[in-house]
Amino acid sequence: MSQRQIIQVFEQYQKSRMQFVQTVADLAARPQNIEMLQNAGVMTLLRPLMLDSVPGIQQTAALALGRLADHSDSLSEAVVREDILPQLVLSLASQNRFYKKAAAFVLRAVAKHTPELAQAVLACGGVDALVLCLEEFDPGVKEAAAWALNYIARHDAQLSQSVVDAGAVPLLVLCLLEPEMALKRIAASTLSDISKHSPELAQTVVDNGAIAHLAQMILSPDAKLKRQVFSALSQISKHSVSLAEMVIEAEVFPAAIACLKDPDEYVRKNVTTLMREVVKHTPELSQVIVNCGGMAAVIDFLGESSGNLRLPGIMMLGYVAAHSENLAMAVILSKGVPQLALCMSEEHEHHIKAAIAWSIGQIGHHSPEHAKAVATSNLLSKLLELYMEASSSEDLQAKSKKALKSILQKCTYLPGLEPLLYDVPSNILKHVVCQFSKVLPHDSKARRLFVTSGGLKKLQEIEAEPGSPLQDHINNINSCFPEEIVRYYSPGYSEVLLERLERFQPA
Amino acid sequence: MAGLLKIKREVEEFKKEYFDRNSQAEESRQTENRAALRIQSWFRACRARAYLSHLHKKAITIQKIWRGFTARARFRQMVKAAYLIMKMNFYEEMAVRIQRRWRGFFVRKYIHNFYARKRYLEGLSRKNALVRRELGELEELQKRERDCLEMVKEQTAKVYKAHRLHHLLSTKQCPGVFNSPFRPAPHEMELLLRQVKYQTPTRLAPSGKSCLLGMPGPAAQSYPGTLGSPLNKTTGTGFSPRPVLPPIATKKQQGLFREPGEVWEQRVRCPDLTLRLQTSYTHLEEAQSQLRQHKFMTLPSGRIETGSIIRHLSHNSKSFTQPACGNSVSL
Repeated sequence: MSQRQIIQVFEQYQKSRMQFVQTVADLAARPQNIEMLQNAGVMTLLRPLMLDSVPGIQQTAALALGRLADHSDSLSEAVVREDILPQLVLSLASQNRFYKKAAAFVLRAVAKHTPELAQAVLACGGVDALVLCLEEFDPGVKEAAAWALNYIARHDAQLSQSVVDAGAVPLLVLCLLEPEMALKRIAASTLSDISKHSPELAQTVVDNGAIAHLAQMILSPDAKLKRQVFSALSQISKHSVSLAEMVIEAEVFPAAIACLKDPDEYVRKNVTTLMREVVKHTPELSQVIVNCGGMAAVIDFLGESSGNLRLPGIMMLGYVAAHSENLAMAVILSKGVPQLALCMSEEHEHHIKAAIAWSIGQIGHHSPEHAKAVATSNLLSKLLELYMEASSSEDLQAKSKKALKSILQKCTYLPGLEPLLYDVPSNILKHVVCQFSKVLPHDSKARRLFVTSGGLKKLQEIEAEPGSPLQDHINNINSCFPEEIVRYYSPGYSEVLLERLERFQPA
Repeated sequence: MAGLLKIKREVEEFKKEYFDRNSQAEESRQTENRAALRIQSWFRACRARAYLSHLHKKAITIQKIWRGFTARARFRQMVKAAYLIMKMNFYEEMAVRIQRRWRGFFVRKYIHNFYARKRYLEGLSRKNALVRRELGELEELQKRERDCLEMVKEQTAKVYKAHRLHHLLSTKQCPGVFNSPFRPAPHEMELLLRQVKYQTPTRLAPSGKSCLLGMPGPAAQSYPGTLGSPLNKTTGTGFSPRPVLPPIATKKQQGLFREPGEVWEQRVRCPDLTLRLQTSYTHLEEAQSQLRQHKFMTLPSGRIETGSIIRHLSHNSKSFTQPACGNSVSL
């Protein structure tokens, strides 16, 4: 046996291990193979290969493991059960960067599924090791580590608190300054996921100066980065007034509005979400957004998008209008109401319709002028339709009823109210008739129109319980018309006339 | 004697009378005594009554005077109070009148100012129209930029293809495939082939390839947003779009083989981490300054932001400065 032959044996063994690991990694890339691989006991075979002497094999084994864990929940649990994590974490500190990348990938894949699995990664010291990886030179390693931290932090407040406690935030903010786009994206997304849980976490992110860096990246040409940046800003500003003010003070606004014309629809959606989160806090903040023309841009955005992308825009209109009647007037002037009516007719999902109904209610409930703007867009009958429809969800019914009621109590635009006299449940009819009884005594033209359009006739046909408020309102209305007219339109008057004809004796 | 007798008799008579009288007096003494008592008591009662009534009269006089005095004092107080109340009412009414006027004036002027509100809303709709137009323009610009990039890419691909197909160029003697004699004019590919210069394949530096791939980047930045430039740019620039072909036959170094064990060692050895990075140390600053410049160019700041209108519009005080998108945020 020569030396060469001996070496050959080893080489062959290594080659076949390598081949096995690579094939498994390739197979694991496809979700349909996972079941078979699991049944074939891939986990027990991969585990020793993780401790292989050849770094290439270790690394590919980790990659295969990561892919397996990525695809299925149970396999991630198996990874945790097999105690692979501690050794991964241990080698994360010592090995080369390729291996680090692969190991971070495994941690990410494991932590992705449930909070419990993420907790398991945390328990074996994964977070600290990942934070150490963030200090690496190689952007690939940083990216993988940031990604893994992202998946850990996104589950709940406690997990992201532990990520913050490990000192990840300053490093993530530094990652935002790196030239690599992918790293920036992941860092922004991680910051977003950290700050979404609680005001304290968002405050920590802000204290590390994230807002200024995020605000600087708004104008970057990369769409995916912009998505993450806007999502992070909105997650930060959603918690409190002071945080929202800090976002505004970072001079985000006119530039962010320009991004509403971005070709990427999720960028647009996230910009609108950011505006919604800022606007919902105080009238002053809404005023800032409205003054820099955000309202028109959002309303245009509503026209260009569809489905769930519209939802933040719709809610933003509602929030702005809810603050004060001036702002609601601004929404109306920016042609928000016809746009909402259009959305209402285009959308089919109940939660979006409910949001639209809520926004309309917020716009219309301030003054008769606002209510008139809503009524002229023919939205009252649409709201009524939604309220009456049996298939509407409970939330939608409640929202449309509330909106309808609050608008009706302000509405003095009679042509818009008249259709609501027909086929309306008595709890809505009460408000409609009440509005009529308030307006008609003071407006002679409206009285004439009320008679000629058949409103009075309809009114006489309403059967109200004596003594109820509805009956009071009807009496009020009747008292501002001559008695003959009222009698003429009362049901059964023709029989009375005929009876009189029969009794009449010509002289 | 007679006188004596007479006297005797007289004495007798006297004695008898004396006795009678005494007995009579004794009889009536009790009655008289009672009568005297009654008379005395009556008299004394009269006197006492007169005294008492006298005292009463005096008391009444005192009381009368005192009561009159206090009542008059109270009455004066009441009058004073009533007068005060009347005065206060009057002043309050006047104050209300003044406050009413003032408050109405103040609110109309500063809080619910109809004209300011009207102006604000008008300004807002103007601003909205402006923003809509600006955004439309911006979108147009971005779209054009993207189209340009697309065109540049297409053009580069075409030129590359022309380089590859350069051997199909027609010669004086023999028309090429693209220059069919049956066509009225040569195919556009033929024209392109004529434009493209044939270069003998040289071994290019690795930067050639990266330059080819990286071309859209710098081109996109320096784009002024107008059409027409891509053509001359791509054809006019000096770099060769030819890809680097691997050398067909690099001669293997003949010589002594290394020991298999050494080779094995080399293969097993993991790549070291070096401190050398692909990018220079100042890359970060360069990238930031480039980004800043790019920002200035792509988003003309003064147009989206019409600060004067906004400042004019915002009639309630805000602590926010109007954001100006042109300034870069300090790092």
